[in-house]
Amino acid sequence: MKHPADWMTGKGADNAVVLTSRIRLARNLANVPFPGWAKKGQRQEVLEELLPCVEALDCMKDGFSKPLESLSSVQKQVMVERHLISREHAARGEGSAVVIERRQSISVMINEEDHLRMQSIRPGLDLTAAYETLSEFDDEVAGAVEYAFDPALGYLTTCPTNLGTGMRASSMLHLPALVISDQIGQVLQAVNKIGLAVRGIFGEGTESLGNLFQISNQSTLGESEATILRRLERVIAQVAKHERNAREKLLEDDPDMVCDKIGRGYGVLKHAWIIDSKEALNHLSLLRLGGDLGFLPGETVALCDELLMEIQPAHLQVHNGSKLSPEERDAIRAEIIRSRLQTLQPPDIRFIKKTGGEDDTSPDLGIA
Amino acid sequence: MDCDKCGKPAKVHLTQLVGGQVKKVALCNECAAQSGVTDPTGFALADMLLGDGTVGKTPSVLPPKPSVSKGRSCPECGFTLEDLKRIRRFGCGNCYVAFRDEVNDMIRGMHKGATHCGKVPDGLMEMRQRKLRLTELRERLDHAISAENYEEAAGLRDEIRQIEVALEETEP
Ligand SMILES: [Zn+2]
Ligand SMILES: [Zn+2]
Repeated sequence: MKHPADWMTGKGADNAVVLTSRIRLARNLANVPFPGWAKKGQRQEVLEELLPCVEALDCMKDGFSKPLESLSSVQKQVMVERHLISREHAARGEGSAVVIERRQSISVMINEEDHLRMQSIRPGLDLTAAYETLSEFDDEVAGAVEYAFDPALGYLTTCPTNLGTGMRASSMLHLPALVISDQIGQVLQAVNKIGLAVRGIFGEGTESLGNLFQISNQSTLGESEATILRRLERVIAQVAKHERNAREKLLEDDPDMVCDKIGRGYGVLKHAWIIDSKEALNHLSLLRLGGDLGFLPGETVALCDELLMEIQPAHLQVHNGSKLSPEERDAIRAEIIRSRLQTLQPPDIRFIKKTGGEDDTSPDLGIA
Repeated sequence: MDCDKCGKPAKVHLTQLVGGQVKKVALCNECAAQSGVTDPTGFALADMLLGDGTVGKTPSVLPPKPSVSKGRSCPECGFTLEDLKRIRRFGCGNCYVAFRDEVNDMIRGMHKGATHCGKVPDGLMEMRQRKLRLTELRERLDHAISAENYEEAAGLRDEIRQIEVALEETEP
């Protein structure tokens, strides 16, 4: 757990716009009450049945496996910040467990809302591959236990919103150019109209924090996994294309403004002594954009992604080795960022990446 | 804007777009801390990737109460219709059979369709095929016996036994 997860470092994928792809599958055992309704003894029995069977799987060799009650609240919080377990799961104790693959790309929660919630994360837009990995894993588990399954309703889940495939697929997108050029509202509404869920983190007003957005499927029943994934990937690719075009357009129309924004972000991050997570996230977003556009070295994108993780509260606390007040956190956050940016040269407008711009900005999302 | 919980000036604003609707939550610092939102960014970044838009709707852990059974209940786990209406979640897989009509009402509009057309568990497929084969073999055995074809019957009986053993091994 000391090292960043594989998907955080983004190796091998073009993740300048689509940061991650995540698949989650919800499964339950047949003829045992779901975790929220089960008695303590029944939860314990499910844990005793599932834990050895998950641990025994090939890909979990040298993995991390712990009952939740054996973890401190900071340890659990770090896992939440790394997207390995849910906040709901972190709140649980006895009768629940977490199993994490060595490279942190597959994680399994036992006795969360469902008996089994398995998750696979990859860098970039790669939902299908993430699904295939997880589906194989799921097959192996299915060979050892009997799932609650109904021919008409599919995998039976605690909440009917997960019924059928039990699959939730999502990607996290970085859309600063669409936000700067004021097109984000239209794009997100269009995505939403197609029946996909969009979530962002907004600060005061309409400006979103870090320009980060998540797109995921809402429906899990009535379509095959492949159909759901195809639609999601198509829409996400389109949104990414819109973002790319918006980046091109910004560079063409007003390179000084773009360089100014990135330069200010750089200045604050490199020289701040106290910084809250909201401010840090917003400036890191600009730095990340600068790395992609060529104002800053290309490695900047991966550096920003690592910092996005490291500056979260529990990560800071682990880094520091003791409990921190919010004020102390803001100081340590600034210190970490400063030291990581020490060797990063200031943005330079002369190095703007030359790319063949595409004119096609309208298309299938139906955005005027 | 005022805090949704206590009405004091709000400091933490969370917004999300789900089901075509923009949902906003505004909280003051105290209420934010109380709900575990001590750091809105750290909080939201993780939840964004993990949550499925159901965050904050209903607590997913429900202390199992001895339900004084009013109305129908699931014969397997005792979950009642009232529990279902209250938390919109189920007690066990068999609840879906016990509350079939309610299930159909709930999933209408929630999903793209009402019938599963995705993956089927591997083991289940195999088990189903074996059971089908077993039925077929038993019929053939009856025919063979009534036709006094004892040699064929012996062979069929062996095959049936093999499948029965395999099923016993896979079925818990
Ligand atoms: Zn309040
Ligand atoms: Zn039940």
